Amino acid sequence: MTIRHHFSDALLMAYAAGTLPEAFALVAATHLSLCDECRAALAAFEAVGGAVLDTTDAEPMGAHCLADTLERLDTPTEGRAERTRSAPEPRRGVLPAPLQDYIGGDLDQVKWRPIGMGVRQAILPTSGGGTVRLLHIPAGQSVPDHGHRGLELTLVLQGAFRDDTARFGPGDVEIATEELEHTPVAEAGQDCICLAATDARLRFNSLIPRLAQPFLRI
Amino acid sequence: MLTTIALLDRSCGPVGRPFYFGTARRATLPRGKGFVTVEQAETDWVALMLRVRDAQDKAAFAVLFRHFAPRIKAFLMKSGASAALAEECAQDVMATLWQKAGQFDPARASVATWVFTIARNRRIDALRRSRRPEPEALDWGPDSEPDQAEVYEMAQENRRLGAALATLPDKQRVLIERAYYGDLSHSEIADETGLPLGTIKSRIRLALDRLRHQMS
Repeated sequence: MTIRHHFSDALLMAYAAGTLPEAFALVAATHLSLCDECRAALAAFEAVGGAVLDTTDAEPMGAHCLADTLERLDTPTEGRAERTRSAPEPRRGVLPAPLQDYIGGDLDQVKWRPIGMGVRQAILPTSGGGTVRLLHIPAGQSVPDHGHRGLELTLVLQGAFRDDTARFGPGDVEIATEELEHTPVAEAGQDCICLAATDARLRFNSLIPRLAQPFLRI
Repeated sequence: MLTTIALLDRSCGPVGRPFYFGTARRATLPRGKGFVTVEQAETDWVALMLRVRDAQDKAAFAVLFRHFAPRIKAFLMKSGASAALAEECAQDVMATLWQKAGQFDPARASVATWVFTIARNRRIDALRRSRRPEPEALDWGPDSEPDQAEVYEMAQENRRLGAALATLPDKQRVLIERAYYGDLSHSEIADETGLPLGTIKSRIRLALDRLRHQMS
């Protein structure tokens, strides 16, 4: 897989800092599972986080904290329900593991719903603003001209699409901002499957003309 | 056991000096004052972390705790947590560091970086009550320890990065800090940091290539 379109440094830094909304973070985790270039860049941005933490002026801990923590070390803390699980196991099947985590299985487990013109989608549950969905676009099919109210990240998982800017193949991510109005077309030969995240921010909404065809119903 | 911790943590002069204090700056330390703080000496955090990982060494853990827990607490307070919540989470983070010590890979991250990632995840969990999707794991096999040169180079890179961050113009440095405290949204973060990240990226990339090679 030759990946030509990567995450931007700003988005990788936000993911490293832990401030990317969950919908975008899922696209990031999926792309990072496929792209060592971005994985290395992420590690560099995490190193910046390490440097920031290490140079933060210390806040003294309570007197008993160390003793309390030492006492805890021997008892495994299975009871604490953490939302952030440890990194998923290496891939089994077609789709990257973090994506399978959200689908609850591989590609064959996706619950597709038709949204017109042969295009199908499956919205994946996330919290914290933004929406992420899988899109299945038949080979050769074009998606109506649309603009974006905020940021849209589209990661190709299978097949390829083209728009006015470039061609996007497996592993590539298109970062589309408000300025971009485009007409993506799935390449002939193979249906295109993408993971697409948008932020449904309402901020600045009145300033932005509603260019969008209501294709994605957002 | 507490005596042992006190001894290790406040090693008095060269006699009681534990293995993980480097020797580079020993000559410049004032003689006869009898008290060397962790900050003054060049503490080898990686060596301490490996003691925790490989020998479940609680004395080593205590030294790590005394350095990192107050910084995690400060970091989380800057992220908007109350002092009480930050203190509780700092203890959770240090407990996680102990439990997940087996995942620590000194060729890919410094101890501070690793602590940061655990603290960040705790913050997402506790403060934002959201979930963080993580990339697929890419772990060293049990028989493929990274070599010493690689670990040393990584530590050097992190030192350089810390120095570069410290010498950035205030305005720029504050923006980076705010991004990591969670004070900036993704659309407010700039693509250009002003930090020299190229070499650290390519070192990690080499480590990943080697790892992929071993896995295949």
